[in-house]
Amino acid sequence: MSVLVFAEAIKNQYKKSTFEVVLYGARLSKQLGTECIVLTNGNGDSASNLGVYGAQKILNFESENMHDNRMLTKVISAAVSQNGSTVVILSDNSKGKALAGRLAINLDAAVVSGAVALPNTNDGFKVHKSLFSGKAVGSYSLNADIKVISVAGNSIGLEEIGQAVSLESFDASAHSSTVSLVETKRVEGTVPLPEAELVVSAGRGMKAPENWGIIDELAGVLGATTACSRPVADTGWRPHHEHVGQTGIAIKPNLYFAIGISGAIQHLAGVNNSKTIVVINKDPEAPFFKAADYGVVGDLFDVVPRLIESLKKFKAS
Amino acid sequence: MNLLVCISKTPETTAKIAFKENGTQFDTDGVQYIMNPYDEWYALVRAIELKESVGAGKVIAINVGPPSNDIVIRKALAIGADEAVRVDAEANSASFVAKQVASYAKDNNIDMVFLGKETIDYNGSLVGGMLSELLDVPYLSYASNIEVSGNEATVTCEIEGGVEIVKATLPLVVSATKGLAEQRIPNMRGIMMAKRKPLNVIPPVGVEEKEAIVSYQIPEGKTGVKLVDLENMDELVRLLHEEAKAI
Repeated sequence: MSVLVFAEAIKNQYKKSTFEVVLYGARLSKQLGTECIVLTNGNGDSASNLGVYGAQKILNFESENMHDNRMLTKVISAAVSQNGSTVVILSDNSKGKALAGRLAINLDAAVVSGAVALPNTNDGFKVHKSLFSGKAVGSYSLNADIKVISVAGNSIGLEEIGQAVSLESFDASAHSSTVSLVETKRVEGTVPLPEAELVVSAGRGMKAPENWGIIDELAGVLGATTACSRPVADTGWRPHHEHVGQTGIAIKPNLYFAIGISGAIQHLAGVNNSKTIVVINKDPEAPFFKAADYGVVGDLFDVVPRLIESLKKFKAS
Repeated sequence: MNLLVCISKTPETTAKIAFKENGTQFDTDGVQYIMNPYDEWYALVRAIELKESVGAGKVIAINVGPPSNDIVIRKALAIGADEAVRVDAEANSASFVAKQVASYAKDNNIDMVFLGKETIDYNGSLVGGMLSELLDVPYLSYASNIEVSGNEATVTCEIEGGVEIVKATLPLVVSATKGLAEQRIPNMRGIMMAKRKPLNVIPPVGVEEKEAIVSYQIPEGKTGVKLVDLENMDELVRLLHEEAKAI
């Protein structure tokens, strides 16, 4: 028996969300009284960092085809059978979701995507998952010998639990790819929205795209990622990948600033799992205030510059 | 070119979400249903565009569900699908749906399967991967662009913090996200024609269920907003630091 975590390295680096799944796997393996094995494509040096979050054995493989989920499914499946793994843990990102579905079929496993907490294994095997874009939570009972779980970002607080770790190489060369990668483009310098702990989001109250300077400045002072409401993305004021809400990205950062966003139910669905919500709106009746922890009633063009000044003072102190 | 589009029926985006029978069942009372937006706006429309540009083949919409889903299926036909199939069974899990669609696709010479990146009710994002594994074909997920030339597709897949542009040979499965196409509103002619297009009802294949939702909960809401005067942003910063420990 073992818990197998798939941890993707990008240019030999791991994201915070990847450390989270390693820790999730380590905690689950303790709960089940078994071993936490991490399958990764990092080099030896970077991979050994995974021991900090509880990896006990690291299986390191090399591949130039990390974009191909069919190939990766075969690699993970081979590691599962060689190690007698009964649980597979993945990140709930675009790749992890694709792998979760494929692996469930390949391993004849029970699957849940987007788990928000560790499984309850006292009576059966139950996992909580967010539903209806955050409006509800469901308890999934997994009933098969092998379980596949993808874990939503920011679901587990990172903690260094330091662990002696063994490193082995894993041969993935038998599995070739039929999908060729033309190009990868990454936005450098900012944390992607699904992984961001601090998010500054703005809506129609901004009045025009050229007014976004104060939002960028506020995000800059906080080290936050910017987001927007649907109308703003649909009119092309901001790029689609910034759209958070029911038909955009669902996020659960530590801190969410909603600036000039009224708080339509579809928007709230995608952000209401944020730990702390601050709403800035000139309309005291804006529905968003009911979903907020802190609120400022006032013209955002007046409030945001004042907030930036106060934050600068705070950061300097 | 035969394109299969998976369409789901979901509660509309403003529907009140509530549960009954001691939190074990979704309360459908008063809930209006729509076609899952990712299926309708992006997957279906892009499939129709590709068929139109090739000028041959057909777009088939497939749904797993009861007869009451026919209204959503007819909408897919009104938007431009050529024919539709309904697998006559409740769609209780991702694997159940994936196995129905895979069974149909294997028997019907399908070049590409399109579906939305997720449904807005269960947010599983699992059917596409399952279907691809069942068909043993590439899965291009979160596609925001697809161009097809001959039997090769070039697809832009959204990943966290960027995109991957990949090439793959048909057959394949594509999941659609925002940007893949522009929403089409069915016109009167489309609605009239939809009534005459074939909607075939077929029985399900047997599937052993491995997951079950045993209970639902509504997350606790916020207990009340703390308002801070706009003249006093130092106080907001203090609260965020000391009380919320968010900065």
